[in-house]
Amino acid sequence: MCGIVGLFLKNRALEPELGRLTSQMLKTMTERGPDSAGFAVYNGAGKGQRKMTVRGLSDGNIGSFEAGFLEIIGGSGEVHKRHDHVILIYAAEHEPAVRAYVDMFDDGVAFASSGESIELYKGVGLPEQVAAHFALEKMSGTHAIGHTRMATESAVTVAGAHPFSTGPDQCLVHNGSLSNHNSLRRQLVREGLRFETENDSEVAAGYLSWRLSKGEKLDQALKASLNDLDGFYTFVVGTRDGFAVLRDPVACKPAVMAETDDYVAFASEYRSFAGLPGIASAEVFEPEPQRVYHWEHAA
Amino acid sequence: MQTIDLNTTTLRELNSRLQTENAGASWQVANPNGRHALAVGLTQPIEVTIEGHAGYYAAGMNQQASVVINGNAGQGVAENMMSGRVHVKGNASSSAGATAHGGLLVIEGDAGARCGISMKGVDIVVRGSIGHMSAFMAQSGNLVVCGDAGEALGDSLYETRIFVRGKVRGLGADCEEKDMTPEDRAIVTSLLEKAGVTDCKAEDFRLYGSARTLYHFNVDNASAY
Repeated sequence: MCGIVGLFLKNRALEPELGRLTSQMLKTMTERGPDSAGFAVYNGAGKGQRKMTVRGLSDGNIGSFEAGFLEIIGGSGEVHKRHDHVILIYAAEHEPAVRAYVDMFDDGVAFASSGESIELYKGVGLPEQVAAHFALEKMSGTHAIGHTRMATESAVTVAGAHPFSTGPDQCLVHNGSLSNHNSLRRQLVREGLRFETENDSEVAAGYLSWRLSKGEKLDQALKASLNDLDGFYTFVVGTRDGFAVLRDPVACKPAVMAETDDYVAFASEYRSFAGLPGIASAEVFEPEPQRVYHWEHAA
Repeated sequence: MQTIDLNTTTLRELNSRLQTENAGASWQVANPNGRHALAVGLTQPIEVTIEGHAGYYAAGMNQQASVVINGNAGQGVAENMMSGRVHVKGNASSSAGATAHGGLLVIEGDAGARCGISMKGVDIVVRGSIGHMSAFMAQSGNLVVCGDAGEALGDSLYETRIFVRGKVRGLGADCEEKDMTPEDRAIVTSLLEKAGVTDCKAEDFRLYGSARTLYHFNVDNASAY
């Protein structure tokens, strides 16, 4: 099972509504994935600034974590705590030092994502609870993707929840299961990639990041995955400026899309769209297998 | 006509009311919002109109009833229909009319993958196109497609007749094009008329059926068993 949702706003006036609409879509997919849930929200950052999402923070470790971070960046940054995640904002030049700091900071703290726009939250439990922990309803942004998980290939943990982010501003959610993820993971590790879990979907995310790092465009990388990934998948991939959708050749995992002048929405089932504005007059269609659908904001 | 609003009535209540309804009744279902299993297991000749998009298995197992969906339908619309009529005004997702034994399924838009999979006597008319693996292991009945067909059409087909007006991306194992007889054309004309399709002519369709090499025992293949 698993449920996937995505919302890409064409009309900037809707940006303050992004979190509320995404949260509503995510909750509707509870039956498809009650184990854990997660979402990525893209909402930009100041010029020359970077954002990093880090999870595993608690009252016990936040103080020392924050102090260490501010020391690295020389004080001119921001820390926003949301439940057990924090968003760090800092000048781009500090990126390697901040990443190294997060990686060495033990005590259950884990890197989640970084980039110019992405914020990535996930947790174990019902999608409604996970969304409420992070106050998703109040978030604004340009686009968001979310996932509700019914685990098949690996354990129910926060790390195993989707989305997976393996490159700057990139993230992936997956409905399906991959059968060649172990051999592909070994190949990618030889190419220098790092994986945090035994999860098949993280391998798909890593694979796409690897192709993108070779200079390929997102649609090229996705097309290549049709040859290299074996299994069932409907993917939604988020990037700084947009999102893309791909279904495997058999297309056994569901997908439906809706487009209006104001937005493009993706979901595993139509039910997720029922509360979107203007849905009655939206163009509703099922994405074809093996075809890359791609929407992007002009940079 | 009576109306059931799914914003205030449960799905279970809707289905049990429709299933116990007397012949000739007419119902409208408001606010379906893509819910699954709408109007399933109906047994009486009643009319049901679903005002919006339906989720999975809408009008499944239908007998005698006429169900109209004023929107799109999710996976498995009219699956295992025995008789009656199901009319989708929008698009249908995968496995439309799966395993259906009888009745008429009309889809005004496109149908997704596996349309008419394992169909066993139903007639399906699609005004638009159909996806890959349609009519897989289809046993009997007619599938009429006014648009195009995806890959592997009619794979491992038995005796269903498939009529396609547009392009066929590829035929599945043991499916071949056949000559259209006047009887075949009469079937297409009659089904188009029943489905209310007025802008297509039977002469423009091509017929695909089983080459019958897979399901008849062939002594040359004995060593394979």
